Parts: sequence; structure tokens; C-alpha cells
Amino acid sequence: MAKIIKAHGSGGQYSRELVRDIFLKHFDNQALAELSDAAILPLEKGRIAFATDSHVIQPIFYPGGNIGKLAVAGTVNDLAVSGAVPKYLSCGLILEEGFDLEDLEKIVLSMAETARLTGVKIVTGDTKVVGHGEADKIYINTSGIGIIPENVDLSPKNIQIGDSIILSGNIGDHATAILLARENFTVHSTIQSDCHPINAITEKLIREISGVRVMRDPTRGGVVTVLNEFVENRNFGIRLFEETIPVSQEVMGVCEPLGLDPLYLANEGKFICIVAREEAVKSLELIQCFDRGKEARIIGEVIENPKSKVLLRTQLGTDRVLNVLSHEILPRIC
Amino acid sequence: MNYIQEFRNPEISKIILHQIEEVSAQLERKINIMEICGGHTYAIFRFGINNVLPENINLISGPGCPVCVTSQSFIDEAIEYAKLPNVTLCTFGDLVRVPGSYSSLSREKSEGASIEICYSPMESLSLAMNSPGQEIIFLGIGFETTAPLTAALVLEAKSRGITNLSVLSAHKTMPRALYALLNSEMVKVDGLICPGHVSSVTGYSIYSEIVDNLQIPAVICGFEPNDILQTILMLVQQIRSDKAKIENQYSRGVKKEGNILAQKMMNRVFMPVTSYWRGIGNIPASGLEVAEEFNSFNARQKNSVAVPPERIIKGCICGEIMQGVKKPTDCQLFGTVCTPQDPQGACMVSSEGGCATYYKFRE
Repeated sequence: MAKIIKAHGSGGQYSRELVRDIFLKHFDNQALAELSDAAILPLEKGRIAFATDSHVIQPIFYPGGNIGKLAVAGTVNDLAVSGAVPKYLSCGLILEEGFDLEDLEKIVLSMAETARLTGVKIVTGDTKVVGHGEADKIYINTSGIGIIPENVDLSPKNIQIGDSIILSGNIGDHATAILLARENFTVHSTIQSDCHPINAITEKLIREISGVRVMRDPTRGGVVTVLNEFVENRNFGIRLFEETIPVSQEVMGVCEPLGLDPLYLANEGKFICIVAREEAVKSLELIQCFDRGKEARIIGEVIENPKSKVLLRTQLGTDRVLNVLSHEILPRIC
Repeated sequence: MNYIQEFRNPEISKIILHQIEEVSAQLERKINIMEICGGHTYAIFRFGINNVLPENINLISGPGCPVCVTSQSFIDEAIEYAKLPNVTLCTFGDLVRVPGSYSSLSREKSEGASIEICYSPMESLSLAMNSPGQEIIFLGIGFETTAPLTAALVLEAKSRGITNLSVLSAHKTMPRALYALLNSEMVKVDGLICPGHVSSVTGYSIYSEIVDNLQIPAVICGFEPNDILQTILMLVQQIRSDKAKIENQYSRGVKKEGNILAQKMMNRVFMPVTSYWRGIGNIPASGLEVAEEFNSFNARQKNSVAVPPERIIKGCICGEIMQGVKKPTDCQLFGTVCTPQDPQGACMVSSEGGCATYYKFRE
């Protein structure tokens, strides 16, 4: 089976073949086909959103996705929650010598499919090869440019007391799927990562709802981390209602015995949106029209007091503070 | 039947709470109820149970966090084993962040020591089979919940003729330690919320001395909010009627005789020894060492290491916290010098540790 060798990153014949047979073949677009040092792109009206993310994940193929899909969806989603229409991506690859070419093609194909789904073009790229053992198979950096339509200005500074908090679907799927996909974990489940672009939903939302204040995707650190960023040093707080938070039975079934809390787990295809209370139901219905928004819920509200804190109203009717985690969650022992 | 949602049903919670209020109103004094298990402490805070109980019921956290009671010198000892050539340590994740006297396993790992984190002891078996020439040492910690797993590992390794696997045991057992603690009169305990997982292995018998000799009511409890509320109700009812017996709220997980197969494996592979409980001290017959028959699977028998003298952390009051005398917030290090990023004591590391729970749910 063909493998990546150092020469694939040398700029010589092997590099050219790699670009032609894998990248150009799948990423097929005019800007990339020029193969010049920089992609030349037209200017559009509005403001530019610009984001970057490096993707390292183990295992690189997992239920519901792979590192390629993640690399495109991750950056697209960062642009989408900024209120932008994602347009262009770059793709920087670091490959370990000996990496399987067939796996590389699967990953690139998945990037191309995800890009097509979102309407972005992968217009520039770079590949480096490092020695065996100097990297773990494949790392992907993607940077992305999106256009923020005129009149759209999402920011935590827009948040007002009384606003509603919407979560676009079940949480914890990605982190749980990855945990279980690791070789040393012998629990079997049907849980799939939620890794998926969300820009179709966010674009419709900002087009049709004027009261959208701010959006974020709850990746690492989960829902609690995002919400704490919103309230930090602000003159309002947030209260969530435990019974409204959407978590699938399967994810709960894995999290409970291990002592993991889905509110802190990473998601790769969800967003949190704060909207004016009077538009909350309309926003929710709009999100629920999408396949990947069916489980969306209004999970909380922006409150006057206590300030700068995120509270959870438990099903017993008591409030407890949801603090940011200071370290990685580890499964409990007994 | 759904094993989570029913036990979280808020309508049922309210009914039980109302009953607790009724019965506790008939008590003539304030009562202390100790939850032994760190998992219960976590659940009590997570579900907000501490905030809904009547004022005359005080909950105290006990010594039931496996990482917290592990002595600092065990970490020091494990680090010395990690320094031996051709040795890989295999451990549960919580333990790597626990500070030893001079270093921690995670620091040693970042500096190149071969330390693997596992979720099940059996992972060290496949590690041993895949790494001929490398000695795999499994760090055995935990109570009667994890000790049978380590025992199963040793028995499986023996039956497969594996020679490059051993156990460094710091396993502990509940009965002697609990009895010593409750008998010390350092803290007045009126009722015990007994650990569901430990009890699923041991059955009821480990509580009989406490109930019979010390006359303390005990109820074996599950980990969902309605489990805990029902257990508190059962305890309050016993206390009001001046009874002390062992009852089982967690009947879906615990049988009277426990898990006999697990007990047999544990009793075969291990022998009881005096064990040092961090912050509490030596307690006879409260630890488990690999029995002589299995010396070839005992890391201490295969290789001996010199362990540096233990250096006690100044100001850390974990001992008093685990004995229920003080609360984490009474410690001058809590939340300032001692945080989950930079833990001074094990109680700030484990998700079952009292200090970590108080920190996570701080107001």
C-alpha cells in the first residue's frame, strides 16, 4: 500500500503528484487550480470574518466523521457563529512519514464533501512531511474567510437581561463518541459524533430573526464554558433549567457511570444562540425545521442577579453555580 | 425501565422531601448524616440536595474517595518504580495528578517516564502481552469496588502464563477504617449513607459491627437524587424510632450477600495488611497486599525500590476533612494555594474528592 514519504513534502515531483492526484482532484476549484503562491479572491460587500483552527484528534477516523470533516466543519462553524457566510478555506497539512496515502485520500475526500455541503471553497494549501514518530499521523490546520452581511453585528455586548438561550441540539455526542472510539475503551455503543457544519442553520437564523444577539459553538469545555465567557465581568447572569437540556439516552448512559457531565463535553455540530425573548419561540421553530436542529431547546435565560454567574436550576428547584472547569475531566474510579 | 430518569423524577423527589420534612420535624435535635462515598458527595452537590434538606439535617462527607486516602508515599513509591529500566506503569487517570512528596506521576510522564493511563485493569494485560521484555506494573488503588478487578487481572495473567505483569497494591477495604473512624468519637455521626458500589461487592455484612456495636443506622444508597433522598428518609425514620439497622435502598444494585464471585477472587489474590490512610494514619487490616501465592505478580516482590522519606504538605487538612471534622472550606489552602490546576492534596484532584467537589460547586 502506498505511503507518505519525505519527498511528498519536498516540493519536487512527488509533491506535484500529490497535489494533482489528491488535492486538485477533490478540492477542484479555479482559485486553487492556478497553483500560484496565493489565492486571489474577489472582494465583497460587508465585513470579513477570519478564523483559524488546528485539528489534532485521535483516532483520526471515528463514528460520525474523521479529521478531514472536522477540519472543515470546525472552521466553517467558527465563521458561521460569528454571523458570517463562510466563503474560503485554506488547508495546511502536516503528515507523518509512513502515513497511508489511501487514508489521506479518504480524509481529503471528506474535506471536499464537507466543503461542498457548506458552500466554501478550499482555495490554498500547503503540505509538510515530518519524520516517522515526529507527529501523530496527520495534523490539519484550516483558516477560513467569511463575509458578514451588512446589518449583522453579533456580539456578547448585545446581550440583554431577559433574553433567551437556545441550544441547537443534543450535547456530548462528539466527546463521548471519541472517548469510546479510542482503542482502550471496550464499551460499545451506537453514539456518533455530531461533527457537521451548522452554517445552513445559522445563515437562515440571522436572515430571518432580527433579535439574534450572539452565537457560539460549544466545542472544548462545552456549554458551561461558552456561557461563562458571556457573563464574565458583565452586569447580568444566566440561569439554565436542568430538565430542558437535551442529552441523548445513549450519551447519558455512558456519562453517568464514568462520572462525566455532558454540560462540559465538546460538541462539533451544535451552537448556542442568545435571542431576544419575544423571538425565542420563532427562532426555536426555525432551528427545529432542520434535521440537525430537531432536538433544539430553549435552555435558559439571561437574569439580572446574580451577576457574572451561570446557574443551573436543578429539577429539585435549587440553584447551583456552573463554574468553568479548570482541568480535564477524568472518569471516576469507583 | 429507564435506570436514570425515574430516579431523577422531580415529582417523586418532592414527595420524598415532604416526608423527610415531616419526620425530621419530630426529631428533638440536629442530626449528622455521613455520606461515606465521594460519589455521593458529588451527587449531593450536583443535584442540589444539600440545599433542600431541613435545617436540622447536616450532611458530612466521609473518607470514601479512593484517590484521597492513598498515601503520598505510595505516589513516591510508584515514581521510584517508574524510574526502573524497562518498566511501564499502568494506572487510573485520577492518580497521575496526585502530588507526591517531590513530584507527581504526570510530571514524571512529561519528563519521559513510561506511564499509561487505563480505564480498566485488563488493559495492562494486553499491554503486557504486546510488550515482551517490558515489565508492566498496574497501580492497584481503590476499595472493594476495584480490588476484585485487580484480582481478576492477576488470575487471568496467571492462567495465561504471563510473566511481565505485576501489581503495586494500595488497595484498601472499608470496614476497619470506617469502624475506627466512627468509634473515635471525633465526630458524632447519627446515620450513615453507605456506598452503593462497594456494597454491591461486599453485601451487608461489612456494616454489622457499626450497626450492632455502635448503634448507628446505616442505609445502602444508589447515586441518583431520588436514591439519596429516599436513603435520608430511611435514616431519619430509623433515628426517630431510635433503631439502628442496616437497610438497602439500592436494591437494584446490591444483594444481601454481595457479589460472592468477586469476594472469592479478592480473598484469594489478596491478604489483609495494615494500611496507611492519608491524613488519618495506620489502620490494621484495612489494606490489601498481593498474597504470597501470587508473589510473582507482586511488584514489591519482583523488584524493591528505596522510597524517599515522605514530605508532608503544610497546612493541608485533608485528614480532618475526610474524617468529617472539618469542611474543605475550613482549609486555609482551599481555592488559593490549592486548586485543581495546582492541587496540594489528593482531595483536590479526584472527582470524588471532597475538596474538588466543593471547588467545582463553589458559589
